[in-house]
This record gives sequence, structure tokens and C-alpha cells, in this order.
Amino acid sequence: MSRALFVCFDSEESALVTGCAAALGLPFDTLMLSGEGGAGDKSFVAGFEAVPPADGLAEALLSLSGQYGRIAFVSSMRSKDLAGRLAGLLDAAMLTDVIAVESADTFHLPMVAGSIVTTAKVTDGTLVFTFRPSNFAKDLPSTTGSTEKIALTPASRTQRTKAAARSGGRPDLAQAKIIVTGGRPLKDAATFEAVLGGLADKLGAAVGATRAAVDSGIAANELQVGQTGKIVAPDLYIAAGVSGSTQHMAGIKDSKIIVAINTDADAPIFESADFGLVQDLFTALPEIQAAAKGT
Amino acid sequence: MRILLPIKRVIDPYAKVKPLGDGSGIDTGNVKFDVNPFDEIAVEEAVRMKEKDPSIETIAISIGGAECEDQLRKCLAMGADKAILVESTREHDPSTIAHELKAWVEELKPDLILMGKQSTDGESNQVGQMLAALLGWPQATYASKITIEGGNIEVVRETDSGEETLTLPLPAVVTTDLRLNEPRYIALPGIIRARNKPLEKATEKSNKEPNIRYTKFQSPPARPAGRKVANVTELLAALSERGVSL
Ligand SMILES: Cc1cc2nc3c(=O)[nH]c(=O)nc-3n(C[C@H](O)[C@H](O)[C@H](O)COP(=O)(O)OP(=O)(O)OC[C@H]3O[C@@H](n4cnc5c(N)ncnc54)[C@H](O)[C@@H]3O)c2cc1C
Repeated sequence: MSRALFVCFDSEESALVTGCAAALGLPFDTLMLSGEGGAGDKSFVAGFEAVPPADGLAEALLSLSGQYGRIAFVSSMRSKDLAGRLAGLLDAAMLTDVIAVESADTFHLPMVAGSIVTTAKVTDGTLVFTFRPSNFAKDLPSTTGSTEKIALTPASRTQRTKAAARSGGRPDLAQAKIIVTGGRPLKDAATFEAVLGGLADKLGAAVGATRAAVDSGIAANELQVGQTGKIVAPDLYIAAGVSGSTQHMAGIKDSKIIVAINTDADAPIFESADFGLVQDLFTALPEIQAAAKGT
Repeated sequence: MRILLPIKRVIDPYAKVKPLGDGSGIDTGNVKFDVNPFDEIAVEEAVRMKEKDPSIETIAISIGGAECEDQLRKCLAMGADKAILVESTREHDPSTIAHELKAWVEELKPDLILMGKQSTDGESNQVGQMLAALLGWPQATYASKITIEGGNIEVVRETDSGEETLTLPLPAVVTTDLRLNEPRYIALPGIIRARNKPLEKATEKSNKEPNIRYTKFQSPPARPAGRKVANVTELLAALSERGVSL
């Protein structure tokens, strides 16, 4: 386990690995599946235009990753898809959503919708893990010793027959400094877009949604924030018409400031909000939008 | 066609849980247990497939203590044809579960394995992918729509940025996401009626040792208590005191 490999899906991710790599304390290389960049001693650049399905890709990664004792990924749906498969092929241990590194074999991770933080020790062999970059130091200088092109030729039996484009325009939830999230009372997609989208655009914010909002067709699935959606940590999180379920809070509790707007003064979200406003969101959000200077 | 449904008994996803005082585990003294919601979605999907094609056989399988029988009975009540309880009280991690399931796949020879993308308590999101890797089968995680056509399965899946469609040959492993379906509600009488369905008890086939040990369980640091503001003007003032001006 002398070295670590950080596998990045794109160049945005390569900027997120240095904090975790420093905490791990092992010499490391990066593998860029798509995009340029990298960090650590060596950057392997695979140059995929679209990262192929996990089954063939994991196999194509075997020979490179076999040389490392620790193989790390930025937590995301796509990385967990691949990491689990790779861990299976390597018969390695795997940890998901690491939030702190005690040593190269002892890690902290959340469980049960963030109600528990577990210490997990790897007893032997290789470890594959995914980590939440927002829990690690940011803006550490990242340099790359050398860059090497690597030809990976995955033979997937799985075919991607339809890929959806990223819903464009607004900042990404993972990177946004401000997030405005709406819940069930937003009624329908048009209301959600008008009331929440309008404010978000004025603030240069990303838009998020609860599961209730996504399930009822008010918001797109990739906007779901929470235990089984995106885990976010913005400077400011504005939750409007959100009750504050454990599952939703699991995704937002590392936000710097949480603002809750809810008509029910006893809504659980007020227990975790820095600032709580008991008001109808349909009057409060337009008032904020009107008062804000905007970006 | 045979569908295998791996089931995990989990802490009731709506329960408030705390670690034990000495940090040696999770205090489950007063909490209920249920079928992992994502596995329940897998069972529902399999049962709906069977309702359209009665030649399909569905088998639920769970690895754990005798108490997992409750969750398997619920799956039978939902419509699974039979259940297998692999009794085990030793420590497990995702990899030992994947190895045990692999041994059962070799015996039962299913065409499709449908299971939750993750459990709501351990939250690992690993077993499906590991099992697919051990079997050398293709995988589609995070399914929100499944269509079987001939020897292929088409899966619409949720992604970080939206959704995409994968086509893969059977046999395959598919893991379920929230929006695949809404599981039917099973009232207690239904669970009692399912008592007549076959539930086989078996011993472990795999002796894979876990390579992860969970050594401590703690509460996360609590957020400091906040305060209420009277109106939007006060809110904006409070934010600007904290260095955020909108
Ligand atoms: C397996 C599983 C996974 C889950 N994963 C997630 C997840 O990742 N993310 C997630 O969010 N949820 C998740 N959930 C669902 C979660 O338990 C809650 O059901 C959900 O978060 C509730 O969403 P909500 O707050 O929008 O709706 P509700 O709980 O219905 O709350 C709506 C709130 O809006 C308030 N309100 C109503 N009208 C107004 C108004 N005009 N102005 C202001 N306030 C108003 C109400 O007082 C209420 O507090 C999961 C559940 C399960 C079982």
C-alpha cells in the first residue's frame, strides 16, 4: 500500500483530490478518465470523450490499479458504480463516502442518513474508497510531476444507447456557493421554476429539490439533495418549504449557513437552521429576490 | 426466467438512531427494522414483471440472523415466490455479502439479480457492483425503468446529471433507485397469509472473511442552535452580519 491512485472522471475532479491525498499521506498519482490535468507525481491521461460503462472500464483499469494499495474516487453516482465493480474484480475492501482520514488504514464515514459516524479499519490488502471532497482541505496547491497518455480499451457488454445532456445554465450543486432548494409545496414544475429558479438566477445560485419534489414531478431527479441524492456543502443553503427529514438533512449539514423558510414554526428543519423564517415561501422568496442586489 | 432478490434487514429508515454510550455500536434497543427500501423497490419490480409473465420465478434471499425471517415474510407477502434465509451471525462487510450471494447464484442460476442500489443504514452502494464483478456479469446501477426484451434488458438509470439508457445482455445485475416504482403496501394480514409460502433456512456457503472492521460509532458534531428572524429584512441583515450579502 505504498502508493495511492486517485481516479478522476474529469478535470473538475482533479482539483478536488489534493485535500484527501494530503490527509492520506501517501505518495500518489492520478488517472484522468477524461479531460486534462491531474495532480501528484504522475498523471495518467486516458482521454475518453465519454467515460464508458463500468463493467468494461473496471476490467481495463485492472492492470494499472493493481499496482496501488489505495485507489480513491470523488464520491458520485458514477464513481460508486465503477469503484464497486473495481473492488469486486480486485477482491479489495471498499469504503464509501469517507469524510475523514485518521491514517492510511483508518477512516471515518457516515451511516444511517448521517446519524452515525463510523470508524472503519481496513484489516488487510488493497482498499478502494470514495470520499466527499467538501470534508477535506480545499485550495491546496496541486502540481503534477509528469503526464503520461494511457490507452485503455474497455470491452463493455453494456451499451449506452441514450445519454442525456447535463441540464445546462445553472451552477452545479456540488460546486455552488449558494443553493436554493424547494420542497413539496412548490406544486408543479412551472411554479418551481418561476419561484425558485428566478431567485436562484438573481443570486447566481444552484437549484436543489427534496425527494418529495422530485417524486411528484416538480423537479428533475439530478436536483435531489439528501441521503440518496447529492451531498452539498455551500456557503449558503436556503431551504424553502422543506420539512427537514433526516434524509434531507443528511445531504446539507455541512453547509456553512442554513436558512429555512417554512410556514410551520415547529418544522424540524428549524432545529438545524442558522436562521429560520416562519413565512409563506410564496411571499418570502419574491421579497428576497426583490431586495437582493444580485450577481 | 428466474429473478434473484437479495434483501437486507435495515433499521427503520424513519427512526432516529444514536450510537451506544460506549461507541461500540448503534443503539437499536427501541428501533424497528424493515426491508431496505431500495430492496423493496426491487421486489415490487420483480412482482410486477411476474404479474405480466407468470412463467417468471422470484426468489428473495437474505443473509443474517433468524430475525431476518420477518423481512423475508414481507417479501413473500408482496408476491415473491419463495425465500431463502442464509443464517449467519458473524461479522460481514459488503465483500463477504457479495461472495455469499455469488455462491447462491451459482446454485440457483438466476437470469437477473435485482437489488437495492444501497442500504439505508450501511449506505455502501457496493454489493451489486461487487457481485456483478465476481460473476463477470454486466451491471446497470440506479435503475428508474426496466424493460426486458428477448435476452437483453434495457435500463433507464439516474445519473449525476440526469438520466441515460443502457442495454445489456442477460444474465445481469440491476440495482434499483427510488423512482423505479412505488412498492405496494402490505398490511399485517397479508404477511400472515404469506406464512404458507416456502421459506428455506440454510447455512453459509462462503467463508470469505471481512477485510473491514467497524471499530467505533459516534454521533456527528451537532450544528449550533440557530435563531428565528421576523421577516426578510431581518434575514438579510443577519446574513450580512455573517459576511453574506445577497
Ligand atoms: C429510502 C429513502 C431515501 C430518501 N432520500 C431522500 C433524499 O435524498 N432527499 C430528500 O429530500 N428526501 C429523501 N427522502 C424522503 C424524506 O423522508 C422526506 O419525505 C422528504 O425529504 C420530504 O420532502 P419535503 O420536505 O419537500 O416535503 P414535506 O415533508 O411534505 O414538507 C413540506 C414542508 O413545507 C412546508 N410548507 C407547506 N406550504 C408552505 C408554504 N407555502 N411556504 C413555506 N412552507 C410551506 C410544510 O410546513 C412542510 O414542513 C428519502 C426517504 C426514504 C425512505
